[in-house]
Amino acid sequence: MNVPAAWYLVLAALLFGVGCFGFLTRRSAIIMFMCIELMLNAVNLTFVSFARTLSDVGGQVSVFFVMVVAAAEVTVGLGIVVAVFRRRTSTSVDELSELKG
Amino acid sequence: MIAYAFPSLAVFVVCALMTLGGALGVLLVRNPVHAALSLILSLFGVALGFLAQQADFLAAVEIIVYAGAIVVLFLFVIMFLGIDRHSHREVEPLAGQRFLAALGVGIVVLGVIALIASSHWVSGVPSVSTNGVPLAPGSGNITQIGDAVFTTYLIAFEATGALLLIAVIGAVNLARKERPRVGEEVA
Repeated sequence: MNVPAAWYLVLAALLFGVGCFGFLTRRSAIIMFMCIELMLNAVNLTFVSFARTLSDVGGQVSVFFVMVVAAAEVTVGLGIVVAVFRRRTSTSVDELSELKG
Repeated sequence: MIAYAFPSLAVFVVCALMTLGGALGVLLVRNPVHAALSLILSLFGVALGFLAQQADFLAAVEIIVYAGAIVVLFLFVIMFLGIDRHSHREVEPLAGQRFLAALGVGIVVLGVIALIASSHWVSGVPSVSTNGVPLAPGSGNITQIGDAVFTTYLIAFEATGALLLIAVIGAVNLARKERPRVGEEVA
């Protein structure tokens, strides 16, 4: 008997938790991006597990779209990081506090 | 206690170790280059999970797109900017942020796991995206994905194409050096 899909769901939940914690605590914008990728991958794993459990290919198609959007997001996000780094010579999000009242 | 087939159990254990080990690496390592390499490990673990769950095409795409393109982009930016071997300030600007983050994440993850444990997902409702045809085993579902993308999800597919184009143009525009235009006065 194969490993039940619920195990993969738990694994995805843990992966999402790790990514979320990293996003909330790390300071470097690039590391925060990597943590976003971890969270997106956790959700992808969930989609694939449900696609298998419910025997519906729609979950896998969703993962396909999530990957495309993640690629676009990383492109723009890293562009912003480069643009900010030009002005501030740092990628620490703490130092971007000019809008603070 | 149900005995699971050894191969699937071994695949799951390896997948879990790779995924969570890589994720913890991203979280804990100081050097951003090492964090990117840990991310690759984690992504390979996720790809293994895809393979084990009959998503062959997505496993390949995961490695090609994520490990091959996205992480390379990360590494490129890290090396292009030459940042930052020295870690950021250790002082927390928000008091107790780490603790609160751990608490919130812990509550959410435990809640989700409890939900998974107490729910029955298999509803018996036939598939929507493929007109009731169930997921084909093995690599047979690549055909199904192709059919679904170009029929049921055609508009979404076109929209993602437009999104990618916009993202490329936006990224080029963002990363471009500001340069005074010809004929414009340099202030």
